[in-house]
Amino acid sequence: MDAFHKHVGIAAPLDRANIDTDAIIPKQFLKRIERTGFGQFLFFEWRFTPDQQPHTEFVLNTAPYDKATILVAGPNFGCGSSREHAPWALLDFGFKAIIAPSFADIFYNNCFKNGILPIVLADDIVASLTELAKTKPGTELTIDLEQQQVIVDDKTVYTFEVDAYRKMLLLEGLDDIGLSLQHEALITKYEQDAPFARPIA
Amino acid sequence: MSSKKTLIDKIWEAHVVREKDGEPSLIYIDLHLIHEVTSPQAFEGLRISQRKVRRPDLTFATVDHNVPTTDRSLPIADPISKQQIDTLRENCHMFGVPFADITSADQGIVHVIGPELGLTLPGKTIVCGDSHTSTHGAFGALAFGIGTSEVEHVLATQCLQQSRPKTMQIIVKGKLAKGIRAKDLILGIIAKYGTAFGTGYVIEYRGEAIQALSMEERMTVCNMSIEAGARAGLIAPDETTFAYLRNRRYAPAGEEFESAVVAWKELCTDEGASFDKTLEFDADSLIPQVTWGTSPGMGASITDTVPNPADISDPVERRSVELALQYMGLTPGTPMTEIKIDRVFIGSCTNGRIEDLRSAADVVKGKKVSSHVHAMVVPGSYEVKNQAEREGLHTIFVDAGFEWREPGCSMCLAMNPDVLAPGERCASTSNRNFEGRQGRDGRTHLVSPAMAAAAAVAGHFVDIRTFA
Ligand code: SF4
Repeated sequence: MDAFHKHVGIAAPLDRANIDTDAIIPKQFLKRIERTGFGQFLFFEWRFTPDQQPHTEFVLNTAPYDKATILVAGPNFGCGSSREHAPWALLDFGFKAIIAPSFADIFYNNCFKNGILPIVLADDIVASLTELAKTKPGTELTIDLEQQQVIVDDKTVYTFEVDAYRKMLLLEGLDDIGLSLQHEALITKYEQDAPFARPIA
Repeated sequence: MSSKKTLIDKIWEAHVVREKDGEPSLIYIDLHLIHEVTSPQAFEGLRISQRKVRRPDLTFATVDHNVPTTDRSLPIADPISKQQIDTLRENCHMFGVPFADITSADQGIVHVIGPELGLTLPGKTIVCGDSHTSTHGAFGALAFGIGTSEVEHVLATQCLQQSRPKTMQIIVKGKLAKGIRAKDLILGIIAKYGTAFGTGYVIEYRGEAIQALSMEERMTVCNMSIEAGARAGLIAPDETTFAYLRNRRYAPAGEEFESAVVAWKELCTDEGASFDKTLEFDADSLIPQVTWGTSPGMGASITDTVPNPADISDPVERRSVELALQYMGLTPGTPMTEIKIDRVFIGSCTNGRIEDLRSAADVVKGKKVSSHVHAMVVPGSYEVKNQAEREGLHTIFVDAGFEWREPGCSMCLAMNPDVLAPGERCASTSNRNFEGRQGRDGRTHLVSPAMAAAAAVAGHFVDIRTFA
């Protein structure tokens, strides 16, 4: 996983509530056995007509938003299926961060595992960022993970919360399996009298 | 901390391997279920980092999402589905993971077979790369869906890094009226409280209406906890649970079972224990539910009409309702009972169990599917299918004009060839009505099995309480 420190990029507005992982990556594209190559299918049914022509009015099909790396979306983003293909598709398309008033749990968690930063900001802040991205296409935002800030311009800086441990993993680009395996002795000790783990004989 | 504990606290505390301030806890996983769609990249990750599966004996795999529901002796037509199924078979072989293959008598939807095989037991922590893992909470297990990176993490370590969830109780008071099922209950709860009220929480369902539910109905309720945004939902085990588990293949047997029951009886919320949040729901006044929109929370009673966006003051919500009605091709004010349907799907991990099939068969017995409706029944597993055939349910369905299929997820997510055509409207017993979920531009209405069966016969939604 790539480390995340500071990112500057174009913001794309997608102001819908409850954008689910079926919309982010429809199931017909889940059959690949790799982690990569999903970007072409991102928001497929919104981006393309049934005969595979781009929907010209969909935001990510129009310049400069086709180069966006920050998505500004509505509440409960990423609800539905646990498919990690959703953050893989967003990442493969070029997104590094998603800003929304709230996220669904599993999606939120999956983002961190893949080096995407999900940022929760208050409704009115997300609304004003959406407005800005819409009315001034190409607006760049700066995201500073170390400082936990979304910087619009010199005067407008929004601070966000992020769990300290997740922040550390992302800043360092660390593999959390490796970290857990450092506690192998504790795992083995637990297993010696694991009360509910019942081997499949 | 108070010595009074919730069931969630008890299970959590029994599984902590390591705790440190400022870090998530390392918790032990007792059962890891695997399927073909969310696992290939995890096994690949193990190979790349030269790790092995720590506890193949606590891991169980099957194929369900992609499998065709037609004749199993024929080759799989879609080469990419075939590749995923073959890949899982090879991975299980290579890493020593028990595997119920496509032709195995144990094959079925992963959340249907776990309980059937007695793999799902009270007090366990259970994970699967699938959000509906919450189903297993019906047994008083802490069961939740994970992403593929976490699948790899569990394969390698048999643990997960997790922060302690917040606890919620939903107390369901009263009694469900005749004809009202668990599906109506959970749809009613989500219609009332929305699709995100559970975010960050594990929910314990309590109250007399919950205790009165059968094991299979409890699974339906816990299954859709994820549609409320919750990580997991669970119900304390009781005599209903123990009776279900007795003589299941992988459950304890004989004296071991009796001593397990003694331990399982401790798995309840102590009197006076406190939850982070409490909600109440009244079962008495619940009537059959139908969703009209593109989110499971967009639901109504069968006696209602399609809502009018103009009546909604919140602009964000108004816009989502407008978009949903546009997608669903519905006009505000239309009575739910006047919505005509083209397709019926009875199946899924929500409602593909034997009791679901029985309740649907009860409704269609001696009747015919409406001439403009294409209806199918997809049992949740071979065990369900075989049981249904022993009871003659398949004949009832086939005589009425239903297709009788082989087990799998099928049109719940339409990854296999069972797909809605654009514009087709479906009465479905599954759990999600998102745009495109059952096929591009397909329109899904979530209902109980009895309501789906009645709609198949009538050709439009009907109130099951008055349907004869
Ligand atoms: S039946 Fe549907 S919800 Fe259940 S596991 Fe299969 S695809 Fe997921």
